[in-house]
Order: sequence, then structure tokens, then C-alpha cells
Amino acid sequence: MSLALDKPRQPRRPAARRSNGELYSWLFMRLSGLLLVVLVLGHLFIMNILDGGVHKINFGFVAGRWASPFWQFWDLAMLWLAQIHGGNGVRTVINDYARKDSTRFWLKMLLYVSMVLIISLGTFVIFTFDPNISN
Amino acid sequence: MTSAGAPERSGTTRGGGTLYRGDLGMWSWVAHRITGVLTFFFLFTHVLDTALVRVSPNAYDAVIETYKNPIVNLFEVGLVGAVLYHALNGIRVMLVDFWEKGAKYQRVMLWTVLAVWVVVMIPGFYFMMERTISDLVGGH
Repeated sequence: MSLALDKPRQPRRPAARRSNGELYSWLFMRLSGLLLVVLVLGHLFIMNILDGGVHKINFGFVAGRWASPFWQFWDLAMLWLAQIHGGNGVRTVINDYARKDSTRFWLKMLLYVSMVLIISLGTFVIFTFDPNISN
Repeated sequence: MTSAGAPERSGTTRGGGTLYRGDLGMWSWVAHRITGVLTFFFLFTHVLDTALVRVSPNAYDAVIETYKNPIVNLFEVGLVGAVLYHALNGIRVMLVDFWEKGAKYQRVMLWTVLAVWVVVMIPGFYFMMERTISDLVGGH
């Protein structure tokens, strides 16, 4: 009776079917992370610490900020980068801990749907914001 | 995939080998995951509440009042603490990955991360809670 053992480090799939997706994902986490350090820490500093912190925030404050294309772009970049960076992180967490393929599949579908929803909604709000909207 | 650049080879040397599991480096990775996932879940809520500016100023202001509640204000300090750790440790992960001496100094860098975190969070806590505490103590 012979034992059928794979050779050490034998690839599970043929090399031709492998892609560099995880490499790009890994690189994206670092590049977007670097930008997010500035965007998010800046956002938290302005919103939660500067000038009375969270107590200054109301509709008028948001209208004042989004009157400037600079802050519109800041928030848009932060929205997209944070959603993709965070979504990719949660994707990795799901891949690590989901034990059944069906669980893994559905959790990731839920994740992708929520990412598309949040990115679309946030982008829509930034581009169509109306400071003179009625109460 | 060992995500978030978990430094597998840079733990304490024991018996000639290196140790990652259970070492400080592992806990820095655990904390990185937890703070990341929590922040992502908050972001979901935060985009939804901000979207109310598209509904009406009153709807937005009413929900933003929640953020000014003393308990929620305390949670915001927690959020800032989580994001700050994730940012500082993320820089450390990048240095481990891209700096030739990164792996060698990963432990020193972790202590630096924690020290900077404390130094920033003390005045951060003060400025974030100043109004809430003075309202609670001084009344109106």
C-alpha cells in the first residue's frame, strides 16, 4: 500500500490560474493607508477636537465646509479610500474565519453590497448637496 | 495570506528559534484587526447619518445631537483612540515591510506607537470631553 502525498509546497492550483490579485490588494492597503492617515486623522482633528469639538457640528457647519471644492474632494477621497481599504480588510477577516464556503460567500456578498451602497450614497450626497434645501 | 504584515519572524528569540504566537507582535496584529473592523462598522453608520443633509437640515441636526450626548461623546473618544492606534500601527507595519531595518526594530516601534498614542490621547481626551464635562459639572 502506497501513500499518496503531495510533494512539499506543491501548488494546489496550476500556476496558470493564479493571479496577482492578492499582491495588488496588499499593496493597495499600504498606499491607501498612507493617504488615509492624513485624511482621517485630519478629519477627526477638525471635527472632534478643534473649535469646540463635536458640539459645533450642525447643518450650517457642513454647508460651510462643502462650499469649498477642497473639502468636497477631501471627503470624497476619504469616502472611497476608507470604504475600499476597510472593505478589503473585512474581506481578509471573512476569508480567515469563515469555516464553510457558503458562509464565506454570503458574508462577502453582504460586504460588497454594503460597500457599493455606502460609496454610492456618499458620492451622491457630496455631489448633489444643496445648502438651501428646505427644512 | 498573513494580512496586515504580521511579522512572523521577528518575535522573541527562544531556543534558537523565533516566536510570533502569543508574543507582543501578535497582539499588535489582533488590536489592528479589532480597531479596523470596529472603525469600518462605524463608517457605515456615519455615512448614513451624514446623508441626512440631503433630506433636511432639521433631520441632520436632530441626529447629530446624538453625537453630543455625554455617553456617545465618550464613545467618540474610543473611536478616535481606535483610529489613532490603527494609523500608528499601520505606519509601523509599512516600515516593517518596506524599511530594511523595520523587522529588527519592530518591537521598539510598537512601544513608540503606544507612547505616541498615550501622548496624543491625553490632550485629545481633554479637548473632546471639555464641553461635555463642563456641562455635566457646571450645569447650565
